[in-house]
Amino acid sequence: MGVRALGVLAVAALLALPPLLPKYHLEVLISVLFFAYLGIAWNLLGGYAGQFSFGHAAFFGIGAYTSTLLLLHAGLTPWAGMLLGGVLAAGFGLFEGYLSFRYGLKGPYFSLVTLAFAEMLRVIAVNTKAVGSSLGLVVPSTKAAAAMFIFSGKLPYYYVIFAMVVLALAFAWRVERSRLGYALAAVRENEDAAEAAGVDALGMKLRAMALSSFLTALGGTFYAQYFAYIDPTITFGPGVSIGALLPAIVGGAGTVLGPVLGSFVLTPVSELTRYALRGRAGADIMLYGAILILVISFLPQGLMGWIRQRRARGWSL
Amino acid sequence: MVAVSLLEISGLTKRFGGLLAVSGFDLTLDAGDIVGLIGPNGAGKTTAFHLVSGFQSPTAGSIRFRGGSIVGLKPHAICRLGLARTFQIVQPFAGLSVIENVMVGAFNREPDAAAARRLAGEIVEFVGLGPRRDVPARSLTLSDRKRLEIARGLATRPEMLLLDEAMSGLNPTEIDEIIGLIRRIHDRGVTLLIIEHVMQAIMALSDRLVVLHHGEKLAEGAPADVARDRRVIEAYLGEGA
Repeated sequence: MGVRALGVLAVAALLALPPLLPKYHLEVLISVLFFAYLGIAWNLLGGYAGQFSFGHAAFFGIGAYTSTLLLLHAGLTPWAGMLLGGVLAAGFGLFEGYLSFRYGLKGPYFSLVTLAFAEMLRVIAVNTKAVGSSLGLVVPSTKAAAAMFIFSGKLPYYYVIFAMVVLALAFAWRVERSRLGYALAAVRENEDAAEAAGVDALGMKLRAMALSSFLTALGGTFYAQYFAYIDPTITFGPGVSIGALLPAIVGGAGTVLGPVLGSFVLTPVSELTRYALRGRAGADIMLYGAILILVISFLPQGLMGWIRQRRARGWSL
Repeated sequence: MVAVSLLEISGLTKRFGGLLAVSGFDLTLDAGDIVGLIGPNGAGKTTAFHLVSGFQSPTAGSIRFRGGSIVGLKPHAICRLGLARTFQIVQPFAGLSVIENVMVGAFNREPDAAAARRLAGEIVEFVGLGPRRDVPARSLTLSDRKRLEIARGLATRPEMLLLDEAMSGLNPTEIDEIIGLIRRIHDRGVTLLIIEHVMQAIMALSDRLVVLHHGEKLAEGAPADVARDRRVIEAYLGEGA
């Protein structure tokens, strides 16, 4: 079977099957797509540009809080608040990126700075009454209203996140084939050589930062609307940052489909281990961690790298 | 109107702590020149290249390209003005294919991906990497990496190209091929400033040789004259030679 046919079949199944799924499975599928989406957003900066952010929670939280606060205090629909949150997160990303890249922070140092910024926002949120401090914010969701991004039942949320994944994938696909995509890959591979070839390394990294943080913030709004509750630890905590980078790395950083593939493998594994080891606190995370170590040591290029190798050797899917 | 030289370097100085890597260096290149920059190891040749291409900023002195100062510009901006360089230690984008490596340079002149791919394709053929265009750069031989380094520079459509030891580490056959390639690049109207340790190559290629020693210009002139210069011979072979 060709790759294209397989893709069409997968999309058709993802569109048609969910209404038939039991509630729990639908929830898992929403989780899968949600982390795939965050992975796609992270991948623009971490995968294509090779700038390993460990603090995408900062942008996620900005998105979640911006749309939720605007909804609570100004009655603004989260559909609009989502975009404003995205713009705000992109602005914050540019600030963070400029500070880091201007002074030549690379590799683990850049990761640490992004982690520190996310933690800083978390602590600020915990200590600020106006944003609900550590109690967080409840998103009013009693009356379903599509215009206000509030639905009854899970299914509409599924289609929202499905659409977000498709749009983000299309965007990543375009970036990969554009001048920006090549410039980012050049910066990732060798920054000096990229500069010598006329690539504005700082400018390109900032562009990746802005796009990545914008998309990540939209995910924050989705989360707030879907779970109808946000708090500083959920949104600004390291859990989200890791949740964004893992699918991309396990699936294949710097590839369009990698984050989706990664999430389809990781998210169910995480659910299964949690279910299998319920009642033993932390055991599921240990098992999950062990699986991760195995994947990363045996598939350093991620699942996409593995598939490419197989195909290069002439094996079919 | 007074004719402006393509590259005018004057009083160029770079100090690293107590070390004067380049000191009061003057050099002028006109369009169409091929100038060889030679000197013993540590003479300051590569530092001079770093200064001209914007990877380091000079302690003193001026660098003008096409009449305008380029001191303080970032490397990518200097590249876009038409002054490209290669690296002594080749620096391919290892994970990208040959054509993709060259496309990165080509995008400076052709923002559209299809047009950039066409331009890159022509240049890949021109440097003789046509059969290897879809191979990842990491799997190229040293000789092919040297060609790739040149191709990536050429793809930015430079008026002037700085070649930093394009032949080091190559065997005599490969050196002859690179000499031929450099001649063809010059025939396309690209002005060349070349650092090279392979003496017969630089003697054969250059219209003019410049010798750097301890960061200062020791001699400048036609290759044959420079080769006979006593001070140059002493610099290479030591006092009393």
